[in-house]
Amino acid sequence: MAKITFVTQDEQSITVEATSGSIMELAVDNNIPGIDGDCGGVCSCATCHVHVAAQDMAKTGTASEIESDMLELDDNVNEYSRLCCQIDISDDIDGITLKVVG
Amino acid sequence: MKKSEQSDPFATARVETGLGFMDDQNDPVTMVLGLKDVRKCAHNWKTYQSGAKPGRIVIPSEVNIRETRQIPFEVDPPEHKTYRDLIEPWFKRPLEADYQEQLTAIIEGVFNDVLQQPETEVVSQLALVLQSRALTLLLNTPMSDSETWINWGTHVFRSDTTALDGDKAAILYDYIEAQIERAEQSPGNDLYSLLLQSKVMGKPMTKEQIKGVMILTFAGGRDTVINMVTNTIGYFAEHPEDLHRLRDEPSIINKSVEELIRYFSPLTQMGRVATEDASICEHAVKADTRISLCWASANRDERVFENPNDVVLDRKLNPHVAFGFGTHNCLGATHARQILQTLLSVMINKLDSIAIVDSKDNIETLGEFKRKVGFDHLTVQFKQR
Repeated sequence: MAKITFVTQDEQSITVEATSGSIMELAVDNNIPGIDGDCGGVCSCATCHVHVAAQDMAKTGTASEIESDMLELDDNVNEYSRLCCQIDISDDIDGITLKVVG
Repeated sequence: MKKSEQSDPFATARVETGLGFMDDQNDPVTMVLGLKDVRKCAHNWKTYQSGAKPGRIVIPSEVNIRETRQIPFEVDPPEHKTYRDLIEPWFKRPLEADYQEQLTAIIEGVFNDVLQQPETEVVSQLALVLQSRALTLLLNTPMSDSETWINWGTHVFRSDTTALDGDKAAILYDYIEAQIERAEQSPGNDLYSLLLQSKVMGKPMTKEQIKGVMILTFAGGRDTVINMVTNTIGYFAEHPEDLHRLRDEPSIINKSVEELIRYFSPLTQMGRVATEDASICEHAVKADTRISLCWASANRDERVFENPNDVVLDRKLNPHVAFGFGTHNCLGATHARQILQTLLSVMINKLDSIAIVDSKDNIETLGEFKRKVGFDHLTVQFKQR
């Protein structure tokens, strides 16, 4: 079981938990505003952009080349950017905080 | 070669120069072929604009048959965002459970009808009917409206003899004008009525602006959806094992839809007009000339997709651009995705197998390239489960 905290654009903090699937799916299932996941999680739409809290980057890892290429053209990209459809949920990422970019 | 197979005519040019060239009514087009280049140009709306003369970014160009600006498609930021924000929630309705139930009923109904017949011509008897009925859901207008649209045939601008048919386009434009008048006289809960009640930048939308949104809605989702549905049926006719796999693993339906959309890329390309002298792949692009973002080529880019010419139903990383990229990505994508997901669900429930009886490819000629986009006709026998 992993607890994930989303911080929305209006600074609302929402913590939800799950054991499997991707973070995008978790966010969509819990109606986290700003995460749409239009393509269903195949890294094609960039509607699940988050900034991972700096201290949690070691847990999530960095973006793959294909993911980075997608993020490169997003106006709000930074070194903590990830498309959260590409982060699988497991115990290893328990407790992380993600800022929704939208 | 299988009948459902779609080759990649751009491969050599994409690898050698990254560009292709075609003429179109004396307004030539530099075609951008690689995925990264396509994305960069799509992102750069300042240099490669959509807000050119109405019809010019479409290939073949519609400047001679259309004066109305399609909205938000032919408007660039910052105005673009105002329109997009206004209509986006309406075009996200396919995510609602009620919409999905109605769409399922429509698609099941279409299959129930064709399953009564020994043979089905998929383009005219299934895809066109399905697309038209589903469009009533998107517009929230009576189902009976679809009968009119079905009578128009498969493409609203093309006839059998010409790629651009002004008379045929006029039928659509006149129809939309009449519907706007109808909604003004007796407002309802349809898209026309919503737009008539809407304000943009503090002013009520004009009828010309409303017409622009409606033309886009009709034209953008017509032959694209028809080709996509027809190609999907052709694919599963020749890959029965994949139909069985989806039945056993329905959790991959979403990935399968994305993969089929990547592979078939129903919209080959979309144009832009350069606002300044620029360069792409070391090739000079002069101001006021056209480029195209060739989605179909980008979606076979071997530098990004492993086995790009294979349909891999559970492809996990699939950064395709079949719905475009960036600011102007497809407004109807939510509706289109929902149609395809529902189509696959209905097919795995109802069909045992599909046999192709006869077919004729629909081939686009784009300068040096010939690309199959679908079928002129595809006759099949459905075997019910």
